[in-house]
Amino acid sequence: MNVDAIADLARLDLTDGERQRFAEQLEKILDYIDVLQSIDVEGVEPSAHAFEVVNVWRRDMVEASFSQECALRNAPERESGQIRVPKVVDDA
Amino acid sequence: MRRNVKAVKSVCQKLSTMPKENEMIYYQTLKDLSVALQAGSLTPSRIMGAFIARTKATEAALHSFICYDEGSALEQAEAADLRWKSGKNLSPYDGVPIGIKDIISVQGQPMTCGSRMLENYISPYDATVITKLRAAGMIIWGRLNMDEFAMGSSTETSAFGPTQNPWNLEYVPGGSSGGSAAAVAAGQTCIALGTDTGGSIRQPAAFCGIVGLKPTYGRVSRYGVTAFASSLDQVGPIGRSVEDVAAVLSIIGGRDSHDSTSVDVPVENYVHASTCEKPWRVGVLSEFMEGGGLDGDVSAAIGRVVKFYESQGCPIQPISLPNVNAGLAAYYIIATAEAFSNLARFDGIRYGHRSKSATDVASVYSKSRAEGFGEEVKRRIILGAFVLSGGFHDAYYTRAQKVRSLIRADYMRAFDDVDIILSPTAPTAAFHETEKCEDPLAMYLNDVYTVTVNMAGLPGISIPCGFDRNHMPIGVQLIGKPFGEGDLLAAARFYEKSHDFHGQHPLLADLAQTL
Repeated sequence: MNVDAIADLARLDLTDGERQRFAEQLEKILDYIDVLQSIDVEGVEPSAHAFEVVNVWRRDMVEASFSQECALRNAPERESGQIRVPKVVDDA
Repeated sequence: MRRNVKAVKSVCQKLSTMPKENEMIYYQTLKDLSVALQAGSLTPSRIMGAFIARTKATEAALHSFICYDEGSALEQAEAADLRWKSGKNLSPYDGVPIGIKDIISVQGQPMTCGSRMLENYISPYDATVITKLRAAGMIIWGRLNMDEFAMGSSTETSAFGPTQNPWNLEYVPGGSSGGSAAAVAAGQTCIALGTDTGGSIRQPAAFCGIVGLKPTYGRVSRYGVTAFASSLDQVGPIGRSVEDVAAVLSIIGGRDSHDSTSVDVPVENYVHASTCEKPWRVGVLSEFMEGGGLDGDVSAAIGRVVKFYESQGCPIQPISLPNVNAGLAAYYIIATAEAFSNLARFDGIRYGHRSKSATDVASVYSKSRAEGFGEEVKRRIILGAFVLSGGFHDAYYTRAQKVRSLIRADYMRAFDDVDIILSPTAPTAAFHETEKCEDPLAMYLNDVYTVTVNMAGLPGISIPCGFDRNHMPIGVQLIGKPFGEGDLLAAARFYEKSHDFHGQHPLLADLAQTL
């Protein structure tokens, strides 16, 4: 497993120690997981849930929601009633 | 050194000076406290006071809680006092405390999920289960410790330190709902809520000698509960008796418009249903009784449970689930894949930890997550990302989902012939702290008997059924049909009625001598 590439996909910086440990541990785990390859799954439908899940509809009605203050309360940085983030788009 | 001798000695000192009548409260069942409230011999404030005193005396040694708000608990108790006084109690359980795992939102209270990522997070709203408990008047009590984001089987991955097992402080309480189980076992709360994705209610209940119920998938709303693996997660009660968990299930169960996976099946009076007695056909899972990792003491204890049902006229039938041995592998693929997806929300933008050293948006994500998540969570995110990644998706994720279909079909076929399936809850009793910390696979193997129940969406319960050679509790798992909680609870209560394992409590005061 290319741990670096996977960590990049997961937007997760790893330390050198973590990278090394994970590579070893995950190899072991993947070896164990290989038991799956011995099961005959020919013609079996995959299931995302234990029970069939159906779409649920409700009336499109406005319900009471958070105040702005409440929604912003856990924001790491805020400014003028908004969540502050680093610049996303470069100056043209 | 994690075990603090000084702390334990001070606990013992405090315990010896505590009023004896408190003992009459903190080890009572929900049922007994309810009877006392109705008779007027106890008030909610008196009850809450006893649990707070017990918590203060034992918490330094156990660390079951991440935090608790004494003022809020007493305020809720005083409101309940007034309701009982004026005959306007909201339910028979009005004013009894219920401890809450730190993964369930309670408005205005912190919710860390055992993670630095959410160290300063305050829940803006109540989870549906909390709304329902409040409607029954129950006191929302404390934030119980857990493995980080419910990923672990020992409560050792909590960013805020491990919880100790009240039966012996050198042993783990199980996990991930280890704080919930330890608090109930030690008399810090009467009952508690946990969550169970692969055994996180049943295994700690077994390790702490109490009762833990994982309801059928969809029986209880997950709204306001931080998602780990959405197709597997369920909320359920951990308590001192089968009747107690039945009572709480009746309160928290039901369809919720905020959780589209909650199912519109009527909520029974599970306390009433649990009193039903009949000759259940009991299936014994041969694959689970023959596995190499099963401890001899556990195997013998489970054998005695089987004998008991047999002696009471229940037909015993060995059953086989041919694909169950691949269950753990399929589980760890599906659970980590879903976790990888669910934990994407922790990006340092809207809430949670944001790295101070991040300079642009990409590094806000990757550094905040690096600093906020602990090692087990990172390991599972990597595994989840891998099994979903291009080129591996079909071989791992899709294949695991197919195995899941097979396992569910295996169970449903078995239920043609039996009413209840019986197995150990875990291969061993509680293990020594740090024993499995360095070996993630060994830790995962602890869940081998519980995970397939989540994969099939079935209800499962662990009840105490003995002790091993170290006097650590052993649990037996009973598995029921989908939405068959009534029958499942009845079969469990039938066993409990003839045994006294659930009435035994850890002698915390004796622990000083063992150090």
